[in-house]
Amino acid sequence: MSMLFFYALIGVGLFTLGLLALVVQPHLLQKILALNVMGSGVFLLLVALGGRSQPVVDVVPQAMVITGIVVAVSATAMALTLMLNLSRSSPGAQLPEDQSADS
Amino acid sequence: MEAVGLWQSAFDLMLGFSLFGLAWRMLFCADLFKSIVLFITFGLLMAIAWVRLEAPDVALAEATIGAGLTGALLMSAFAKLRTLDNSLKSGQPLLPRPRLHVINFWIALLFTVLLTGGLAYAVLSLPSHSPGLSDAVMSQLDSSGVTHPVTAVLLNFRGYDTLLEMAVLLLSIQSVWSMAGMSDAGEVHTSPVLNVLIQLLSPVLILVSAYLLWVGAHAPGGAFQAGSILGAAGVLLVLSGRPLFNLKKSWLIRLMLVAGPAAFIALATLTLINEGQLLKYPVANAANYILLLETLATVSIGTTLLALFVGSQTEAVQQDQSHQ
Repeated sequence: MSMLFFYALIGVGLFTLGLLALVVQPHLLQKILALNVMGSGVFLLLVALGGRSQPVVDVVPQAMVITGIVVAVSATAMALTLMLNLSRSSPGAQLPEDQSADS
Repeated sequence: MEAVGLWQSAFDLMLGFSLFGLAWRMLFCADLFKSIVLFITFGLLMAIAWVRLEAPDVALAEATIGAGLTGALLMSAFAKLRTLDNSLKSGQPLLPRPRLHVINFWIALLFTVLLTGGLAYAVLSLPSHSPGLSDAVMSQLDSSGVTHPVTAVLLNFRGYDTLLEMAVLLLSIQSVWSMAGMSDAGEVHTSPVLNVLIQLLSPVLILVSAYLLWVGAHAPGGAFQAGSILGAAGVLLVLSGRPLFNLKKSWLIRLMLVAGPAAFIALATLTLINEGQLLKYPVANAANYILLLETLATVSIGTTLLALFVGSQTEAVQQDQSHQ
């Protein structure tokens, strides 16, 4: 039972770690990875807390997470295309704000 | 019995901290290629965590989509990025360190630590036992048409979510297509070993996909897992240079992309007229409706994921051909 809360806390940790990387890291590919890690953290939290309904596991959070994983991959594909389009016009694949802070 | 519990706890601890450590290394690593490899490893460990949390359906989806297809997408994007960016070509590490101002970095870190503390407190203050919706699902399972609760939730009780999800997939491929236009058609590496491997793997992957689709009615599996394996088979074929068929222009591909959403919308309209409620299947026919929806959704999900991967490449190939 306490293991569920351990996994839920790991989910919280992944979410905030991803948030920190999203804010701090300048490269857009790293930002996309950070968003994916944040998503994984939320999924882990949802499913771990859904497991509290012992003896039968609550499957509604699981179904939501499966939907979420598919939405995450399509969002990632779109973000990667946006990143490639951006890096064609300005090399470095960074947002303008980060590039000006860089010089 | 107690010894087994102890080993399991030790395993859970190890897995949890590995996940966190991997995420740390992945996100704060100067080498982008290394980050992507770590991301794939992270996805595989997540799949094990799902099994530990008694969520085998999620584990299947994570292993095929989270680790597999997202990894392939990232690798392909990284390869294209490398042709654009000269600093990546020589293989030197991309970014030595976060380029934020030092004070800004500490403010961000402080905020993150505070947020972690608050969220952790919120999680720990939750009751340790909560029935959630499990009773509601179990009591209605008999009228859903399937015996596997996750499939019942996805395709029957919360069919509306899945309908919208199919719309999201369609929207994402539309936006990727409208933004595409990279002038780089990824080079194809073929080797005899790869060819034989693909000849062996492709039929097996299609078979596994069909099996997962069928078994989803009463065991872990279902349209999403089956669709993503179908998509993975397509990615393998594209990577080995098999000329599939013109992914963008072909009306057959377009038909496959919209089959799932169209079937959902048609059935939603039908049930709205007949039953007076959106996606409320008559109990007698629920199993058939779910199988029909799942089959078409599998085809659409597989095609969409493959098209997302191929995305911009077809555009470039077409341009080359029109020049010749």
